[in-house]
Amino acid sequence: MFRWAFPAFAAVMMLLPALPVPDFWITQSIYIGLYSLVALGLVLLTGVAGLISFGQAAFVGVGAYTAAFLSTKLGVSPWLTLLVGATLAVAAALVLGALTLRMSGHYLPLATIAWGLALNYSMANMEWLGKYDGILGIPTLQLFGVDLGTGRGLHPLVWALALLAALAALRLLDSRPGRAIRALKNGSTMAEAMGISTFRYKLTVFVFAAFLAAVSGWLFAYFQRSVSPSPFSINKGIEYLFMAVLGGVGQVWGAFLGSGVVRLVEDQLQVLLPRLIGTSGNFETIVFGIVLVVVLKYAPDGLWSFVGRWLPSHPRRRDWAGVTPLPRRAKPARGERLLDVQAVRKQFGGLLAVNDVSFGVHSGDIVALIGPNGAGKSTLFNLVTGVLPLSGGAVQWRGQSIGGKPSRAIARLGISRTFQHVKMIPEMTVLENVALGGYGRSRSGVLRAVLRLDRAEERQLFAEAEAQLARIGLAERMHELAGNLALGPQRLMEIARALATDPALLLLDEPAAGLRHHEKRSLAAVLRQLKDEGMSLLLVEHDMDFVMGLADRVVVMEFGTQLIEGTPAEVQASPAVRAAYLGTEH
Amino acid sequence: MDATIAGILALDGLTNGAIYALLALATVLVFTVTRVIFIPQGEFVAFGALTLALLQAGRVPGTVWFLLVLAAAVTLQDLVNGMRQRRPPIRLLAQAARTLAWPVAVSLLALWAAPKGLPMLAQAALTVALVTPFGPLIYRLAYESLADASVLVLLIVSVGVHFALVGLGLYFFGAEGFRNPSFWDQRFSLGGVTLSGQALIIIVASLALIVGLWLFFDRSLSGKALRATAVNRLGARLMGISSNSAGRLSFTMAAFIGALSGLLIGPTTTVFYDSGFLIGLKGFVAAVFAGLASYPLALVGALGVGLLESFGSFWASAYKEVIVFGSILPVLLWRSLRDPHSEEH
Repeated sequence: MFRWAFPAFAAVMMLLPALPVPDFWITQSIYIGLYSLVALGLVLLTGVAGLISFGQAAFVGVGAYTAAFLSTKLGVSPWLTLLVGATLAVAAALVLGALTLRMSGHYLPLATIAWGLALNYSMANMEWLGKYDGILGIPTLQLFGVDLGTGRGLHPLVWALALLAALAALRLLDSRPGRAIRALKNGSTMAEAMGISTFRYKLTVFVFAAFLAAVSGWLFAYFQRSVSPSPFSINKGIEYLFMAVLGGVGQVWGAFLGSGVVRLVEDQLQVLLPRLIGTSGNFETIVFGIVLVVVLKYAPDGLWSFVGRWLPSHPRRRDWAGVTPLPRRAKPARGERLLDVQAVRKQFGGLLAVNDVSFGVHSGDIVALIGPNGAGKSTLFNLVTGVLPLSGGAVQWRGQSIGGKPSRAIARLGISRTFQHVKMIPEMTVLENVALGGYGRSRSGVLRAVLRLDRAEERQLFAEAEAQLARIGLAERMHELAGNLALGPQRLMEIARALATDPALLLLDEPAAGLRHHEKRSLAAVLRQLKDEGMSLLLVEHDMDFVMGLADRVVVMEFGTQLIEGTPAEVQASPAVRAAYLGTEH
Repeated sequence: MDATIAGILALDGLTNGAIYALLALATVLVFTVTRVIFIPQGEFVAFGALTLALLQAGRVPGTVWFLLVLAAAVTLQDLVNGMRQRRPPIRLLAQAARTLAWPVAVSLLALWAAPKGLPMLAQAALTVALVTPFGPLIYRLAYESLADASVLVLLIVSVGVHFALVGLGLYFFGAEGFRNPSFWDQRFSLGGVTLSGQALIIIVASLALIVGLWLFFDRSLSGKALRATAVNRLGARLMGISSNSAGRLSFTMAAFIGALSGLLIGPTTTVFYDSGFLIGLKGFVAAVFAGLASYPLALVGALGVGLLESFGSFWASAYKEVIVFGSILPVLLWRSLRDPHSEEH
C-alpha cells in the first residue's frame, strides 16, 4: 500500500503546478505544505513523545526573520540564510529544552508560551527588524541559478521538503531511536531501565521539531517576500498545535490532513463569519477553540484515525533469518558474588520503608524476596535498580559500587528488571516492545535511522527479540499489539524484554501475579530453564508454592526490616516467619 | 534614576504585582485541585473590567448574553447526558433549574439595573455576580468529563477554551477598549511619592483576599476539602469529597478572583476584550516561580513580576513584555536546579 501510495502522492504534489490548476489552489497547497512541516514536528513532539510546545510559531519566525534580514540587508545566498536560521532555532530549542525537559511535562509548554511571547514582542519592537511593519522586499528564492518565484515554481520545493520530512519521520519512528522516543510518553522509568536516556531523546525530538519549523519559516519568507510579527504570534503557535491534534496526534499523515483542513476551513471562516456576525474580527478562533475541545473529548485520536481505519496494515516482514546475533557479554563464573546489598535504607519523610537490609546474590542462584504486603520489597527493587536514591547503605555489583548511579547506567552493567505493574508501549507490537530491550546493545542514532543505514542492526535486534520471545514461548504472538495481550502474556513479554538486554542478573517483580495456574507452571519452567542456562534471578513473589519450589535462597522482609535469610527449608521452619504471616498465639 | 523615581516605580510595581498575585493564587488553586493549567484565567479579568465599564456607560454588558449562552449550553449538555443515562425527567428538570437559576436571575437584575446608573459599588457587585458563574459553567462544559485525562490534554483543552473565550469576548464586547474611572480619587503624599487612592484600594483588597483565602483553606470545611483533593484526589473521593464539586468550587473561586482583579485593574489601564491573556500570563510567570504549588512563593513571584515590569518599562519601555516573559528562563533554571527529579505521575 505504502509502496505505491507515497510515490504517487509525491508525484502529484511535484507535478501539480504543471497541471491546469488555478493559482488560488497552488497558493493554498503551498500554505498546507508549510503548515505540514510545522505540524509534523508537533506530531512527533506531542503525539509520539507526549511533550507540548506552543512556541512553534516562534521557531517559524526565527527561520523567516533570519532569511528576511540576511537576504535584504546583506544580500546573502538562501543556503546561508537557511543554515543560520536553522542554527538559531536549534540553539533556542536546546536552551529551552535543557532548562525544562528534566522537570515535569508542563514546564515545557509554559516556557514555550513565554518564549513565543517574548520573541514576538522583540520582533515587533526592534528597529532593525522593522518593528510592526516587518521586513519588505525579500528577493525570490534562487537555487542553482533557477528563480523559483513565489507560486508554481516554489510549490515543488515546499512539498519536496515536507514529504522528505514525512519520510524521515516515518523512518525514525520505525527504528531504535524511534522506539526510544515512543517510550517517552508513558513515563521515564521503563525507558531508563532499558538503558535509554529519556532526557536526551526529549531534547532530540524538541530540537527536531524546532528545526522543521525553522525550515518552514525560511520557505515562508521567500514565498511571502515580506515578514511581519503577526504570523509568528502565540495564537499561531496554538493553531499549529490545533492542526496536529485535529489531524491525529501521533500520526505522520495526520499532520498533513490537519494542516489541510485547518487552512481550507480557516479561509472559508474568515470570509463567512464576519459576514454572518456583521463586524470584522478573528471570529474563527471561536470555532477552532470549540472544535479543539470537542476533538479531545470525543475523537482524541484525530481525523486520521478515521482514514487509517480503512488502510490495510501489514505485519513486519520477517527478514532477519540467519543474521549474526548481537554480541553477548561475558557471563560471570558460576558462584561469583554478583550483587551485594549492604545495610540498605530508604526513608520517605517519616516512613522508614527499607531499614538496613543486607543480602547477596551469587551467580546461578535464584533468590526470592518474600514478605507481607507493604514490607518494602518493591522499594528495595527500586533501590537496587537505581529508580530511587538510597537514604543509606551501599549496593555493590561484582565488587563495584552502584548506589547513586542512574538506572540506565545500572541496566547497562547487566542488571535488568520487570515491573510489578506491567510497563510497556501498548500501541507497538510485542516484537517491537521486546526489541526495546536490545537498546543498550545497539548503536544506531537518529541520523543513521533517517538514512536507513541502521537496517543491518535492526535485523539483529529483531532476531534477538524473536529469539527471546521463543525462549519464553511467545514467539507466535510477536506481531500482535502489546496492548491487546492478556496480563499473563504481558508479564512474559516483560521478561523477554528484560532478557533482550542480555543481563547477568534478572530482577522479576511479582512475575506470577495475576497468572493462571498453568501459566504459573510454565513460568516456573521458563525460570528453571534460565537458571540452567546460567542466569541469576532475584524475584519478589507472594505465591509460596511457586517460590519454595524454585528458589535456592529466600530473604524474608516485614515492615521494611529483614527477618531472615536462608534456604526455603530454613525459612519454612522459622517461627519468626510464621509469626509474620500467620500472627502469633497470645 | 533618583530615589523618587525609584519610589514611584516600586509603588507602581507593587500595585500591579498585587493583582498578579491574586491571579497567581487562582492559577495555583485551580492547578492543585484539578490539575488544569488554566490559561484563560486572564479572560475573567478582561470580562470583569469590561462589564463594569459598560454598566458605567449605562449599557447592558455583553456578559449578560454570554452568561446566558453558557448556561444554556451546560443545561443542554446535562439534558443530553441525562437522557442517555435514562434519568427521570423530574430530576433532569431540577438539575436544569439549579444550573439556570443564578445566571438567569443575575441577568435579569443586570437588564433592569443597567440603565438606572446605580452607584459604582453596586455596579461592581453586579459585575462580580455576573462574571463569577462563568467559572463553574466553563468547568462543567469543557473539563468535567475529562477530569481524569493527563495534565497535558487538560492544558490543550485550556488553550481551546482560551481561543473560544477570546473570540466570544470580541463578539459580545466588541473591539472597543475601556478605561474605568477610579474607585477613589484621593491622593496621598508619602515623602515625595504620591499614592493614589486606587493603588491603596488594590493593595488593601489584594491583602484582604489573600487573608480571606488563607482563612478559607485553614478554617472552613470546604477549604479543607479542596486541600484534601489537591493532595490526593482518590483519597479525598474515598472520604466522600466529590472531585467534581471540588473542581467547580475551585473554578468558581478562580472566576471570582479574576472578576475582582478586573475591577481593580480597570482604572489603571485600558482594557480590551483580549487584554486578559497577557495579564493572566504574568500571573502564570509568578505561578511557575512557585512551581505551581506554593501559595507564598506565588505571592513573592507576583510582586517580583510587578517590580520587574515597572522598572523594565522605565529602562526599556518597548521591551517590558520581553523582559517579563524572558524572566521565566532564569526562573526555570532555578527551579530545575531546585528539584531536578520531579517526575510526572
